[in-house]
Amino acid sequence: MAVATETPAAPPVAPEEAGEPARALPGWTRTLAVTTLRSLVPVVLALLAGAVLLLILGRSPVRFYSDVFRYGIQMNNWQNSAVLMAPLLLMAAALVVVFRANIWNLGYDAQYLLGAVFVVGYGPWMFAHWPTPVADVVLFLIAGTAGAIWTIVPALLRAYFGTNEIITTLMMSFIGIDVANILVKGPFQDPTVTIPQTKTIPYADMLPNIPGTRIHVGFLVAIGVVLVLHYLLTRTSFGLRLKVFGENPKAARHVGIDVRRLIVTSFLWSGFLIGLSAAVDILGLWSYVRANWNPSYGNTVIPFVFLARLNLLAVIPFVAFYAVLSTGGDLATQAVSLPTDFLLVIVALILLFMAVIEFLGRRRALGQSYLTKGLKDALRQPLFRRRKST
Amino acid sequence: MTVTESDAPAVELVGISKSFPGVLANDDVHFSVRRGEVHCLLGENGAGKSTLISILSGMQRPDSGSILVDGAPVRIRSPRDALSIGIGTVYQHSTLIPALTVLENLMLGESRRLLLDKGRARRRMGEIASMLGVEVDPDSRTGDLALGRQQQVEIASALWKGSRVLVLDEPTSMLTPQGVEELEKVLVHLKEQGTAIIFITHKLHEALAVSDRITVLRRGRTVGTISEEEIRSSDDSQIRARIVTLMFGDEAADLSDAAELQTSIEEVEALGARHVPPAAADDAEPVLELRSVTAPGDGLEPGVVDVSLTVRAGQVLGVAGIDGNGQRALAEVIAGQRRARSGTIELFGASVNRLGVSARQKLGLRYVTDDRLGEGIVRNLSVSLNLLLKRIGEPPFWRGGRIDGRRVGSTATALVGEYDIRTPTIATRAGTLSGGNIQKLLLARELSLDPKLVVFNKPTYGLDLRTTENVREIVRRLASAGAGAVLISTDLDELLELAGEIAVLSMGRIVGTVENGPDAAERIGALMIGDTGAPGAVA
Amino acid sequence: MTGVLAAASGLFTQSFVTALIAGGVLASVPLMFTALGEAISERSGVLNIGLEGMMLVGAYTGFLGAYEAHSMWVGFLTGAVGGVAAAVLMVVLSVRMGLDQIVIGIAITLAGEGITSVLQQAQFGGAYPRLPAYPQVAIPGLESIPVLGKSLFDQPLVVYFGVVLVGAVAFMFGRTRFGLELRAAGEKPEALDAAGVSVLNTRSYATLATGALAGLGGAYLSVIATGTFTPFMTQGQGYMAIVIAMLARGRPAWVAVASFVFGISLSISTALQLTGINISTDVINMLPFAAIMLALVVFARSAYLPPALAVPYVRGAR
Ligand SMILES: Nc1ncnc2c1ncn2[C@@H]1O[C@H](COP(=O)(O)OP(=O)(O)OP(=O)(O)O)[C@@H](O)[C@H]1O
Ligand SMILES: [Mg+2]
Repeated sequence: MAVATETPAAPPVAPEEAGEPARALPGWTRTLAVTTLRSLVPVVLALLAGAVLLLILGRSPVRFYSDVFRYGIQMNNWQNSAVLMAPLLLMAAALVVVFRANIWNLGYDAQYLLGAVFVVGYGPWMFAHWPTPVADVVLFLIAGTAGAIWTIVPALLRAYFGTNEIITTLMMSFIGIDVANILVKGPFQDPTVTIPQTKTIPYADMLPNIPGTRIHVGFLVAIGVVLVLHYLLTRTSFGLRLKVFGENPKAARHVGIDVRRLIVTSFLWSGFLIGLSAAVDILGLWSYVRANWNPSYGNTVIPFVFLARLNLLAVIPFVAFYAVLSTGGDLATQAVSLPTDFLLVIVALILLFMAVIEFLGRRRALGQSYLTKGLKDALRQPLFRRRKST
Repeated sequence: MTVTESDAPAVELVGISKSFPGVLANDDVHFSVRRGEVHCLLGENGAGKSTLISILSGMQRPDSGSILVDGAPVRIRSPRDALSIGIGTVYQHSTLIPALTVLENLMLGESRRLLLDKGRARRRMGEIASMLGVEVDPDSRTGDLALGRQQQVEIASALWKGSRVLVLDEPTSMLTPQGVEELEKVLVHLKEQGTAIIFITHKLHEALAVSDRITVLRRGRTVGTISEEEIRSSDDSQIRARIVTLMFGDEAADLSDAAELQTSIEEVEALGARHVPPAAADDAEPVLELRSVTAPGDGLEPGVVDVSLTVRAGQVLGVAGIDGNGQRALAEVIAGQRRARSGTIELFGASVNRLGVSARQKLGLRYVTDDRLGEGIVRNLSVSLNLLLKRIGEPPFWRGGRIDGRRVGSTATALVGEYDIRTPTIATRAGTLSGGNIQKLLLARELSLDPKLVVFNKPTYGLDLRTTENVREIVRRLASAGAGAVLISTDLDELLELAGEIAVLSMGRIVGTVENGPDAAERIGALMIGDTGAPGAVA
Repeated sequence: MTGVLAAASGLFTQSFVTALIAGGVLASVPLMFTALGEAISERSGVLNIGLEGMMLVGAYTGFLGAYEAHSMWVGFLTGAVGGVAAAVLMVVLSVRMGLDQIVIGIAITLAGEGITSVLQQAQFGGAYPRLPAYPQVAIPGLESIPVLGKSLFDQPLVVYFGVVLVGAVAFMFGRTRFGLELRAAGEKPEALDAAGVSVLNTRSYATLATGALAGLGGAYLSVIATGTFTPFMTQGQGYMAIVIAMLARGRPAWVAVASFVFGISLSISTALQLTGINISTDVINMLPFAAIMLALVVFARSAYLPPALAVPYVRGAR
C-alpha cells in the first residue's frame, strides 16, 4: 500500500535514533540485515559461551577454535566440510518440507539408515552389471523410496485418523533402525569380514568428484535440490498450501485443500529426501555400512533448520557453518582431549540463544514486554531497530 | 461489601491508552460505573470495547492511565488482581473449558485449598443457578452443553467471582430471546443489591432495556456519554439516532432506521412498515437441492437428519433454530466439508455428492463460515493472502504454479477498499483484526468472484450495526442479482428481514418450513419449541 | 513344529518367567518415573521433548551423588536435583518466555547428552567407576508367592516408591486443586488465567516436577540398574517415556501399565539368554515398538493430547 505523499520528507527521526547507520537503508535491506544479524548473534553467543565452558574445563578456547578453523577450513579441509554438507543439506530440506506443514517427522534416523542400507545392499551388484550412471540413478531412487516407504504408515495414520505423528514416527524410527541392523547382519552382510558390516562399494564406482576438488558431485545435487525446493516452497501454490495447513489445519479444510493428500505428499517427500541424503552420503563418502552405525544427522540439523526459520536459502550457510564446526571440531576436541560430544553442547547453546533472541524480537512485535523498559531498550538498541515502513 | 455513601464510582478508568502494532485501540478513554448502575458500552467493531474491559480485568496492561476503585487507585496486573478486587468478567470469547465438567469449570481459581471441595461448590452453584433461573447438571461435560447454556454457565461463573463489579462483553450473543429476558431480570436484581455492571452489546434494544447510562467508543476514544436523565426523558428513537450518530458519525445518521430493525419483533410489527421479502418464484430453476440428506455431527452435537430442501435462483432460504441444532453440519454438508452419509445433494441440477470443497467452489458455491477465527482465517498470514485463500493455485493469481505477488496485492487492496476492511496495511497479520473486520474479510473473499449460491452461517453474529446492515444489504443484492442463498441464523429478526421462506431446524431435522408473512414469527417460534401442530407449518 | 513347541515349553520355565517379570519391573521403573513426569507436564500443556537430556543429567548427577556420598539415597536426591536444574531451563525459556517447546526440548536433550559426556570424561578421564549393588527389600508373605512373588515383591525400595507415586499422581490429577489447574492449563490456558490462576506458575511447577521425575528415572538407571554412568546411557528411553505418556493419555495407571510392557520387552533378551534360545537382539528390541504400531494401526485411535499442548501462553495475544 504505497501511498505517495507530496512531500518526500524523511521520516521523523527520534533523537536517540539519529545517526544510526541502519536507518539509512531501504525497508527490505534493513529487514534482511536485521534477520541476518538475528541469525548470527546466537551463533556468536554460543561460541562465546562455549569458550567460557572450555575455560571452566581448563582448556584453551583459543587453541580449540583455531583448531576448528584449521581442521575445518584451512589447507583444503574446507573440502571435507563441503562433503559433509551434502547429506546435511538434503536432510535439512527434508525436514523443512514437513516442518512448514507443522508435521513432525522425527523418524529421520530410520529413514536415513534404511536408504543407506539398501544402497550398499544393492549397489555392489548393480555396479557390477550396469553402467555406473544408470546404477547411480537407480540407487538414488531406491534409497529415496526406502525412506519414503518408511513414512507411509505414520502419514496414513495421521491423514486418516489424526494419530499424532510424533509418536508414530519415533516408533517407526526405533523399528527401522533395528530393521536396518537386521539387514546389515543378515542378507547384506559381507561374509568376508568378521565384524558385521555390509559389502563395500568399489572406489571406482563412487560418485565422481567435482573436477579439481575432492568434493563429490553429491554436493551439487544437494545444493540443486535445496534451491529447487526453496522455490517450490516460497513461490508456488504447493508451498502456500503447505503453509496454510501448517498454520491452521481447519482453515486448510475449509478453503478446499485436500488435506489428506497434502499430509501424505509432504511425508513422502520428506522421506524421499532423507533417503536421497543417505544415497549421496554412502555413494559419495562412506561406501559401506557397519552394524549399529547411526550418524544421526537429523538431530544435529534440526537446530539450524529452525535457526534459518524454515527458509532453505538461509539453511545453506548454517549447514556450512555446522559442517566446518563438525569437521574441524572432531579433531579439535581430540586435541584438547575432550569427547566430540562437546560439539553437541555448542549446537545446543546455539539453539538456546536463538530462542532467546527470537523471544526479544517477538516481544517487541507484540508491543509488550516482560523486561523493564530501560533494560529492554538497552537490549534492543543495536539489533532490533526496525520501523514499520508505510 | 459495605455500601458507603461516598460518591466515588465503584470503578473508574482514567485516561486509559493502549496501542497494538498499527492501531491505537484505546486513546485516553475515561469510563466509570457506579454501584447499582448498569453502564452500557457501545461502539462499532474494533472500537476498542473489549480492549478496555480486558484492561479492567487484567488481561491487558494499559500503556498509560489509571484505575480507581471506590475512589482509590489500584493496580490491576493480572486477572487475579481484578478478581480479588471483586471484578467478575464474562469475556467475549468463551473462557469455559469444554473438556471439564461444569462444576470443575466453576471451581477453577475459586479457592486456594489443597483439596477440591466439590460438595461446597455444588451448593454454591445451586444458589447461583436458581438465581439465574438456569438448570444445569453440574457433572456434565461443559463442551456437551448447547452454546446458549454454556453462556449461562459463564455468566454464573462471573457472578460467582465478581461481587462488586460485573463486566459482560457481548453476553447475549448466544442466548435465546427468553435467555436474554432472564438475564435482564438478573441484572435488575443485581443492581438492587448494589453491584456495578458494565454491559457491552451490539443490540441497541438490549442496551436501552437495561442501561442507566450509555457510553459510546469510537476508534478508541470516548465520543460521548448519554446520562440517565437523558435516557429517561427522550424517547427511544431519539436516543437511537443519537447513539448511531455517536458510533458512526453524522454521515451514518440514516442508519438509525436500520437500528429500528434491532428492536423486538412486536415493536417492528406494530410499526407495520416492514417489507416482507418475496418468496421464490416457483418456476425459477433450483440451484440447490437436498434430498433426505443425513450427515453426522461433531461429538454430541446433532448432525443433519433426513433433510430435504430446495433453493431457487434469486431466493434466500432462511434456516432458523436454536444454536447447536445441526446448523454447522448443515452448512458443511452443503459446502462439501462434511460427507453426507445418505441422500443426494444437487447443485444446479447435478449431483455433487462426490465432489469436494474446491470442486463445489468452482461450480459457484460459497460458504461464509461462522467459525471465523477457527477455520475462516489463517491468523499468521497477511490480510492479502487470506483474501485469496480459496484461490490458491488459480489464475490469474498463480500462473504455472507461481504466485503473482503484484496481482495478489492489487486485488487485495481493491477488496479492502470495497468492503471497508479496517487494517493498517494489506500485509498485516489477519489475526490482529477485530471481529467485525475479520467477518468483512471473509465476506470479501467469498463474494468477490461471481457466486451462484452462498451459504451464510450466522453472518452478522457479533457485528456492529453498520456492518450488520452492510452484510444484510449484501445478501439482498446477491439475491436480486439472481444468486441463491441459504441464510442460517439464530436471529429471527434477521431471517424475517431477508428470507422469503424459513425452514426451522431442530435436533438436526427440518421440522417445518414457513412462508415469511405477518405471523411468521409466531409460527417459527412454535416450531422451534417443538409444537409441530402450529398453523401453517409445512412438515 | 516340534522345535517350536520345544522352544515354547522352554520359554515358560519358571526361572524364565521369574527373570522376565523381575527384569521387566526393573527396566520399567525409570520409564515409569520419567513417563509420569511427562504425563504431568503434558497435561499442563508443556510438551517436554527434553526428557532424554533431563534423564541423562539426572543419571550423571545421581551417579556422582551416590559415588561421592556412598549412599543410594543421596544419589536419588542429586539425580532429582539435576533433573530439576535441566528443567529450570525449560521453565525459563519455554514456559516463561514462551519459546518453542520442541526447539528448547531438543536443545536440552543435545545439551544434556553433550555436557554429561564431557563432564564424565573430564572427571574420570575414560574410567567408569562402579557403585556397589544396593540391597533389595522383600515384602514378607507376598514374596513367597510362587513365580510372581520373587519377581514382583523382592525389589529395591525405590520400586515400591514408584508404585506409590503412581497413586499419588492420580490423586493429584483428580482430587486436588493443583491437579485441576494443571488440566485447565493444558486444555485452555486463557480460561485458567481468566479464573485468576497463573498459567505460567502452574506450568512451571509441572515442568519442574517433570524434571525431578526424569532426573530420578535417570538416577535409577545409573545408581541401581547399571551401577555406573556411561555417556548416552539412556538410549532413547526419554523418547520412549514421551510415547508412553501420550499412549496413556496422561493417566498414571496406564502409564504404569505401558511402562511395564516396555520394561518387559527391554528385559526380554536377557531373559531369553537364560533359556538358551538365540533370537537376534534386533528383532527383540523391535518388538515393543512394533506392537504399539500395530495397535495404533488396528485401533486407529489417536492418543488424546491436550489442545494447548506445546502452545506457549501469552496473555492477551491474538
Ligand atoms: N492482542 C491484540 N493484538 C493486536 N491487535 C489487537 C489486539 N487486541 C485488539 N487489537 C486491535 O485493537 C482494536 C480494538 O479491538 P477490540 O477487540 O477492543 O474491539 P471491540 O470494540 O471489542 O470490537 P468487537 O465489537 O468486534 O468485539 C482492533 O483494531 C483490534 O484489531
Ligand atoms: Mg469485542
